[in-house]
Amino acid sequence: MKQTLVVIGNGMVGQHFLAGLVASPEKDQYDIVTFCEEPRPAYDRVHLSEFFAGKTAEDLSLVPEGFFATHGITLHLGDRAASIDRDQKIVTSAKGVSIRYDKLVLATGSYPFVPPVPGHDRKNCLVYRTIEDLEAMTVAAKTGKIGTVVGGGLLGLEAAKALKDLGLETHVVEFAPRLMAVQIDEAGGAMLRRKIEALGVTVHTGKNTSQITDGETCVNKMCFADGEELETDVVLFSAGIRPRDDLARSCGLELGQRGGIVIDNQCKTSDPDIYAIGECALWNGMIFGLVAPGYAMARTVIADLTGTAGSFTGADMSTKLKLMGVDVASIGDAHAKTQGAMVFTYQNGASEVYKRLVVSEDKKRLLGAVLVGDATEYGTLLQYCQNGIELPENPDALILPRRDDEAAPGLGPDALPTSAQICSCYEVSKGAICSAIAAGCTTVNALKAETKAGTGCGGCVPLLKSVLNCELAKQGYEVNTDLCEHFAYTRQDLYNVIMVEGVKTFGELLAKHGKGAGCEICKPAVASILASYWNDYVLKTEHLSLQDTNDTFLANMQKDGTYSVVPRIPGGEISPDMLIVLGQVGKKYKLYTKITGGQRVDLFGARVEQLPTIWKELVDAGFESGHAYGKSLRTVKSCVGSTWCRYGVDDSVGLAIELENRYKGLRSPHKIKFAVSGCTRECAEAQGKDVGVIATENGWSLYVCGNGGMKPRHADLFATGLDRQTLIQYIDRFLIFYVRTADRLQRTSVWMENMEGGLAYLKSVVIDDKLGLCAELEQQMAHVVDTYQCEWKTTIEDENKLKRFRHFINSDQADDNVVFVEERGQIRPANGEERKHFKMLEVA
Amino acid sequence: MVWFDICAAADLQPDSGVCALVQGQQIALFYMTATESVYAVHNFDPFGQANVLARGLIGDLDGQPMVASPLYKHHFNLKTGVCLEDGGVHIPVYPVRVDNARVYVGMPE
Ligand code: SRM
Ligand SMILES: Cc1cc2nc3c(=O)[nH]c(=O)nc-3n(C[C@H](O)[C@H](O)[C@H](O)COP(=O)(O)OP(=O)(O)OC[C@H]3O[C@@H](n4cnc5c(N)ncnc54)[C@H](O)[C@@H]3O)c2cc1C
Ligand code: SF4
Ligand code: FES
Repeated sequence: MKQTLVVIGNGMVGQHFLAGLVASPEKDQYDIVTFCEEPRPAYDRVHLSEFFAGKTAEDLSLVPEGFFATHGITLHLGDRAASIDRDQKIVTSAKGVSIRYDKLVLATGSYPFVPPVPGHDRKNCLVYRTIEDLEAMTVAAKTGKIGTVVGGGLLGLEAAKALKDLGLETHVVEFAPRLMAVQIDEAGGAMLRRKIEALGVTVHTGKNTSQITDGETCVNKMCFADGEELETDVVLFSAGIRPRDDLARSCGLELGQRGGIVIDNQCKTSDPDIYAIGECALWNGMIFGLVAPGYAMARTVIADLTGTAGSFTGADMSTKLKLMGVDVASIGDAHAKTQGAMVFTYQNGASEVYKRLVVSEDKKRLLGAVLVGDATEYGTLLQYCQNGIELPENPDALILPRRDDEAAPGLGPDALPTSAQICSCYEVSKGAICSAIAAGCTTVNALKAETKAGTGCGGCVPLLKSVLNCELAKQGYEVNTDLCEHFAYTRQDLYNVIMVEGVKTFGELLAKHGKGAGCEICKPAVASILASYWNDYVLKTEHLSLQDTNDTFLANMQKDGTYSVVPRIPGGEISPDMLIVLGQVGKKYKLYTKITGGQRVDLFGARVEQLPTIWKELVDAGFESGHAYGKSLRTVKSCVGSTWCRYGVDDSVGLAIELENRYKGLRSPHKIKFAVSGCTRECAEAQGKDVGVIATENGWSLYVCGNGGMKPRHADLFATGLDRQTLIQYIDRFLIFYVRTADRLQRTSVWMENMEGGLAYLKSVVIDDKLGLCAELEQQMAHVVDTYQCEWKTTIEDENKLKRFRHFINSDQADDNVVFVEERGQIRPANGEERKHFKMLEVA
Repeated sequence: MVWFDICAAADLQPDSGVCALVQGQQIALFYMTATESVYAVHNFDPFGQANVLARGLIGDLDGQPMVASPLYKHHFNLKTGVCLEDGGVHIPVYPVRVDNARVYVGMPE
């Protein structure tokens, strides 16, 4: 007979429990029922803030499609469990559903604590926990100018960033004398404060809010115990969490003095048929406000239900924050409360870095650490701490800055024991990762898919990567990054060589840094770098032999050796007269004509000797090369935008044309595509492009590194609320940085996926100028823009260059292997069968 | 073997290819400056089934001169005509002579 298992709460932990249970062999022993109070099943609360970066509720969902149906789980959505009758073993919901249970799991989470100050329930006084809360914030921010977060802890600072992103002047009000008092020490808190303030957030510490009343210039006014006041439109409470233990209380389960459902090491409550997991549970006097301990509790209950031994023995509360571009991390006993603990501190006022190590009395074990401003050592320190690895003789070497030539004293992944936990979100050990690698996972993505490591908070990915590289190296894999047999350099190395040494030709580069005669890999790659940097005419004698056939003939070769002709139609806007020209040329040369996926017209079937005359007619009529043949800017797709569209917020066509004209001709590692949409309906599909721009009420939103094609990738939101000038400045920098650092034939999407530090790093380079490169990047782009030429125009004006556009050097005959047949009123290349029959057909 | 006068040496493209019509055959001619050599092969790419090899990029692999077809990037040894990806496939190769700044290609009688 099957037993009935009821789970109350389908939050992060409740869902983790369900997923784990249905994956276990015992799943068939239970009929599973779950109550979910929210209007949608579980979603990723940890990454909730990404909602403001454009993620939708679906993106954040933690529930695979069809999950409940596939596993026969009954889901009561939008229904709150209202009471528990422990004698009858019945749960009754707010909508009146009653279920008899054999086993019950409480996963009700917590709620944000709102201090009971008078006025706390006024208009625009909000909390930060659910998607609905975020929607309310967005609405409130639309009409307000100032926002204030109450609470300077981990969550409060994240909420402050959200307010800032919503365009509000932002304040943080903290009761304690410093920020993040729970996690970091005083000196670290002071450094953190300076950094947060430098980002334009005003911090008020030691402030006790006494009431909230009508504001004079804003919706609300906060009054503090010290008599000061602060006008603000939005008030966001983030003053801690409280376990949701009301249900447990009313059915008489044992609670802690200050709340929380008391559980033992098996996560059982005072009723042996009822478990509690996640943020509602109190273990050993502690509530864990993080997701990883909740997940560990969920695994413990599964083990208990299925009769395998397992117990919850506490959890690590170390945290690393990705706060507003400020690195903050706290590990273990950050406050040095352990008996006899010794402290090492490193502080650098100039670069605003603060690091602190807490070490055991015998200097052998790391007990805790605090990092502010630079958290690169987080992974290493965490491993020392969690795995009790013996410290080096001088522990302070772990946090002291190193000169370039010194190797990092970091822990090689080799030094870690097999049992070391690499990913705490999914409890994946080094051993599990090594077996996955042995079983054939040779990329980080494969490891993520196989072990789930790195798919939670993401904090362990760098370590995951180094374990991978180390294992691969041991297995004798050599990661060869040479461009080809002629150059023992990466594309990026060659770019730097060309830039630093001012190399202008392939011959010069080969003589100095390569060997042999070159090949079809290095020649076009070097040609592309030379073109990006110097922007010479690509058919200049010294560059000519380097180009792929498409670049040599400034047209794309088709399967039968003929070419296609794609004139530029900036932004997809074209007048009837220009369309007629295309029609006339197509008709005159009997070309197959088609609208492309990039909002322009492609004319196919041109023989090499026809290209110059076709292009002369097009250039004379005012067309330019569309660079469909180059690794360069292709199209800037546009939607009709505010000029005509009833929803349009800004002139998307105008901007698309401006962008296309600015960047046309830029040679790059791979092709680049843009799109501009006039509103968030996104008719131009900008979020699928290398560079996407969307108009909003507050200015342009910039998206980068999207891709259609073989492996589609949604673009990342890069910046919002931009004016035209800033937008172009960012794109200039972004593009040249890509051109300088990407691999050959690497689209921006793959470039981004491989970038150490990812989006945050890219932002720090392009927006915050972390590398101090921005002026140079802009200058280089200015050079490219200033030296633009239409390659077809230059070519048809040069008798010498035209000599190449013949099929034979010693005859005017055409290639007799090119045979067309007619289909739907146009030509197409004959297939093999047809060729035999039409062998003698005259080709125009 | 009959030698045909094809074109002036100056008509060749340094480190690149051109195509000539010789006795009804399409011949791709490549001039490699590093070794001052000229090679002649048939212009037909047996994989792509099109007359395009003269428009391919040239260079060397493992010290052997080669052309990469512009269609699907198969490599052919310029001295032997053998395809590097598929040794069972080879294209015709022809001897070349440069005399008095004229280029001659030899064809079987
Ligand atoms: C003509 C066109 C198809 C059409 O009739 O609509 C086309 C044709 C070709 N595409 Fe494309 N692509 C065309 C739009 C697209 C689009 C749609 C778009 O741009 O909005 C995509 C997906 C978007 C994207 O790139 O992110 C697209 C993704 C590809 C890919 C896959 C790229 C990737 O990152 O996965 C390739 C292969 C490659 O580049 O390695 C490719 C390669 C090609 C090549 C160059 C294949 C080849 O080597 O012969 C085709 C030759 C074009 C020619 O001869 O003129 N084409 N191709 C479109 C030309 C647009 C234009 O006006 O320039
Ligand atoms: C903005 C934000 C950022 C965060 N960042 C991090 C981070 O970086 N790292 C980290 O480790 N943690 C982070 N957290 C904390 C993390 O989200 C929580 O630890 C985690 O969600 C706890 O999971 P849970 O299932 O216990 O609670 P929840 O996810 O809150 O789920 C509880 C669910 O139960 C429902 N429920 C409650 N009572 C009932 C009832 N009677 N009937 C039916 N349903 C009920 C609730 O509506 C809710 O949906 C963050 C939290 C927030 C809000
Ligand atoms: S994206 Fe917006 S502005 Fe552009 S056409 Fe669509 S609805 Fe109109
Ligand atoms: S530690 Fe969070 S994803 Fe691995």
